[in-house]
Amino acid sequence: MKVTPTDRPGSDRPAGREPGGAVPPPGVRLAKRRGVELSLLVGAVFIAVLGYCATGLGKTGAAPPDALRYGAGLGVLAVLAHFAVRFRAPYADPLLLPIAVLLNGIGLVLIYRLDLETPEDQAAFTQLTWSTLGVALFIAVVVLLRDHRVLQRYAYLSCAAALVLMVIPIFFPAVNGAKIWIRLAGFSFQPGEFAKILLAVFFAAYLAANRHALAYTGRTFLLKGLQLPTGRVLGPIVAIWLLSVGVLILERDLGTSLLFFGLFVIMLYVATGRTGWIAVGLLLAAVGAYAVGSFEPHVHSRVADWLNPFASIEAGQGPGQLAQSLFAFAAGGMLGTGLGLGHSILIGFAAKSDFILATAGEELGLTGLTALFLLYALFVARGYRAGLALRDPFGRLLAIGLASIVALQVFVIAGGVMGLIPLTGMAMPFLAQGGSSVVTNWIIVALLIRVSDSARSPRAVTADTGEVAAVRVRDLAELNPTQRKLPKREAPKP
Amino acid sequence: MIRYIRRAAACCLLLLIALLLNAARVQVLQADVLDDNPANRRKNIVRYEQPRGDILVEGKSVTGSKDTGEQLRWERTYLQGPLYAPVTGYASQTYGTAFVEAAEDAVLSGTDPMLSPLPLWTEITRKRQPGGQVATTIRAAAQRAAFTGLGGRRGAVAAIEPATGRILALVSSPSYDPGLLSGTDASVANAWSRLNASRSQPMLNRAIRQTYPPGSTFKIVTAAAALDTDVVTDVDAPTDTPDPYVLPGTRTTLPNESSGCERASLAYAIRVSCNTVMANLGVRVGLTRMRDTAGRFGFNDRGIRIPSPVTVSNFDKEMTADQLALSSIGQFDTRATPLQMAMVAAAVANGGDLNRPYLVESTSTRSGSVVSQRGIRTYQQVMSPSTALRLQRMMVDVVENGTGQNAAIPGMTVGGKTGTAQHGVGNSGIPYAWFISWAQKADAGQAGVAVAVVVEDATAVRGEITGGGLAAPIARGVMRAALS
Repeated sequence: MKVTPTDRPGSDRPAGREPGGAVPPPGVRLAKRRGVELSLLVGAVFIAVLGYCATGLGKTGAAPPDALRYGAGLGVLAVLAHFAVRFRAPYADPLLLPIAVLLNGIGLVLIYRLDLETPEDQAAFTQLTWSTLGVALFIAVVVLLRDHRVLQRYAYLSCAAALVLMVIPIFFPAVNGAKIWIRLAGFSFQPGEFAKILLAVFFAAYLAANRHALAYTGRTFLLKGLQLPTGRVLGPIVAIWLLSVGVLILERDLGTSLLFFGLFVIMLYVATGRTGWIAVGLLLAAVGAYAVGSFEPHVHSRVADWLNPFASIEAGQGPGQLAQSLFAFAAGGMLGTGLGLGHSILIGFAAKSDFILATAGEELGLTGLTALFLLYALFVARGYRAGLALRDPFGRLLAIGLASIVALQVFVIAGGVMGLIPLTGMAMPFLAQGGSSVVTNWIIVALLIRVSDSARSPRAVTADTGEVAAVRVRDLAELNPTQRKLPKREAPKP
Repeated sequence: MIRYIRRAAACCLLLLIALLLNAARVQVLQADVLDDNPANRRKNIVRYEQPRGDILVEGKSVTGSKDTGEQLRWERTYLQGPLYAPVTGYASQTYGTAFVEAAEDAVLSGTDPMLSPLPLWTEITRKRQPGGQVATTIRAAAQRAAFTGLGGRRGAVAAIEPATGRILALVSSPSYDPGLLSGTDASVANAWSRLNASRSQPMLNRAIRQTYPPGSTFKIVTAAAALDTDVVTDVDAPTDTPDPYVLPGTRTTLPNESSGCERASLAYAIRVSCNTVMANLGVRVGLTRMRDTAGRFGFNDRGIRIPSPVTVSNFDKEMTADQLALSSIGQFDTRATPLQMAMVAAAVANGGDLNRPYLVESTSTRSGSVVSQRGIRTYQQVMSPSTALRLQRMMVDVVENGTGQNAAIPGMTVGGKTGTAQHGVGNSGIPYAWFISWAQKADAGQAGVAVAVVVEDATAVRGEITGGGLAAPIARGVMRAALS
């Protein structure tokens, strides 16, 4: 099936060709806010270096000797990313990049701090390498992807790639109960992480194309609000969803499954506004979660652990991971023990990855944890804001999807390690140790930067219908030959 | 679409709020419960993260700390473990703390907020203070004299400075090395079970945690009661006591170990330790007044702390006359810790005023600034000064002419009282040898030391066990060391 960006052909016209479109009047200069971004970046790097020094001071009584080098390294990454944005996406949201750099910097500090407890397992440098790769990919995406709508054309390719990435780990041995890893030549990564973006792209493209069909056709079910769409439209989406969820259940990774499902429901809702979808989705989720929680032993044990984190203590086997995690958060209290002065390493396995937030909670306290949550919230809010400001449905849905990935991921893992919901293995965005995750997150930032640039940029202002952003002819000339086809398809002759 | 985006954003906001509320629940509301969970090792780790403060005897440390580099990092060491074990107790990663280590734990481990110059600020910053120091009242020479005097035999010594209540020596024998219990490895568990299983109970602090029938040493209490209540007005006047004495209301006769006790005076009865006279006097004083006097010495007081709690010494509150007669000579249900009997001697030596015994002189920060200083605290006016004076004379007489001549020290005034306590079913056990005494230097205005010694010697021949024979020489050694 061919994905078309609009469902009502003829209604969208390139605004640039219309005299007096929404192009701002000459002389009104939209603020680019790149200076704001740069100064925030300086602050972010400064905070990270401060944390690095505080860790050394707390642990050994002296600032780490390579603090300056560390700061310089992070600073160079930040500045490179900044220049990529300055030259290629000058109207991008100025908060996204600093928040990403700050979270990544804090993550490195926390991993470095835990490295001090595990001399045999040093992860900070590897993580820095991955972060560098992530920033490199960020720059590549910002520089090479001049218009996010290009992605729309690769919707089905994305979908296929996502499925392949999710299926591959089944053929590799399970690691710690979950079949989500690929190990090749000493490297290991989680392909499911990349699949998130690809699925978001596919969902955005598909829903942008079919949202009216999804929203306005179909039978009314029970109540007026519960309108079910026709099977023909619903079919592909449910198929994809079943496939992805099925694969994930086979891989015993409930967290990612939950994430995909949540992403699907949110994007569907935003695209169609049908609360009936939400109801059906939640029902499906409840049934699925109950079934998996009852019959799949790995997940079942997680649920039991969530219901009583102290069961292993009562059984005389010592505290389990979740209990240790709760102990760590409790030890932090209001103000935390201070970096380098907590004992979150007692969590043991996965202290640097899934449970990294416990270290933040213990050493930075409720105060620091709240700050972290607010940073994530701000990041998500900026993504949503870009979605609101955009005019093309695909861009909107993509922005909402990407921001929702971050929001859901934070909720699933933070809620998991703090006993709010059953624990599922997942990386805290930017903070946790894990190459695939940090690289994926940087790509998400890059895409949001690109989308937010489109949202605020005067060169892609609204069409009269308010549905599709248009590209001015001048900009078309800059596109490479493959991309040049895009506006022609997108904007049929009136 | 905008409306739906806003609603979805509101959903994300709800998730954020849920996370924040949950964080507050875990980190603030439930924090204390989670912190105190026994499976949470943090408190232990923090506790052993720095060297423990030292316990001092005469300004010199008798403890140390060893860096093991393990999770519970600093281990306690003891320089003369067995000698000071009844004073210091142990500080074990595995088994907790005991005695001064337990009583002054907050100072020693550095958690006492008073160790900090700005307590409130320290609470906020969570900055650990280095462990503080605890200075004990122990006099090293007296402690050593008591320890070598007992020579590994089962028994205990408690010595008090009567004018202040300072405990100068606190020895329990046989002893053990508390350093064996420091740490977490298997040898610690082995030592613990071995020490607990040992028949000689080396970890039992006999000086303050074991009660013995005080036997004839209790006659000092009975004499104090008789004099204070004017049952006896002239210590040299004969009492109308037959020999043998038939316990009131029974046909049981009470024998004497010594001769000449028939109608003997109080002074004579103390000198040669007449059971009959003292039993008779106890009955004539009566249960209420005997109980009151014993209570003023510290019997039946569950609240004595030095600062570790001292096991309560018992004088029954309800008794028939024959039981009272036996109790008045330190038999029947009467039981006393060695420290309690040292308090009896101290009260007599201090003119009837008994000061609360204490073991911790002061606590200070590691750098030496004083955190707390223990002063003299009066326990009770036990008896009138004239009673005390007459008892002092009688006790001196015991050492000079009576059963306690082994305790005499040239150049010092020494008063004492022997005791040989029967125990076991039908008094079948090997008796305990007791001696309580006090000593005053010739040039001093008041007695400098009061001692109680008890020896439970299972290897001795039954007939040879007497307070004067086994216990008095030990008391002499302790008194001489304390006053030199």
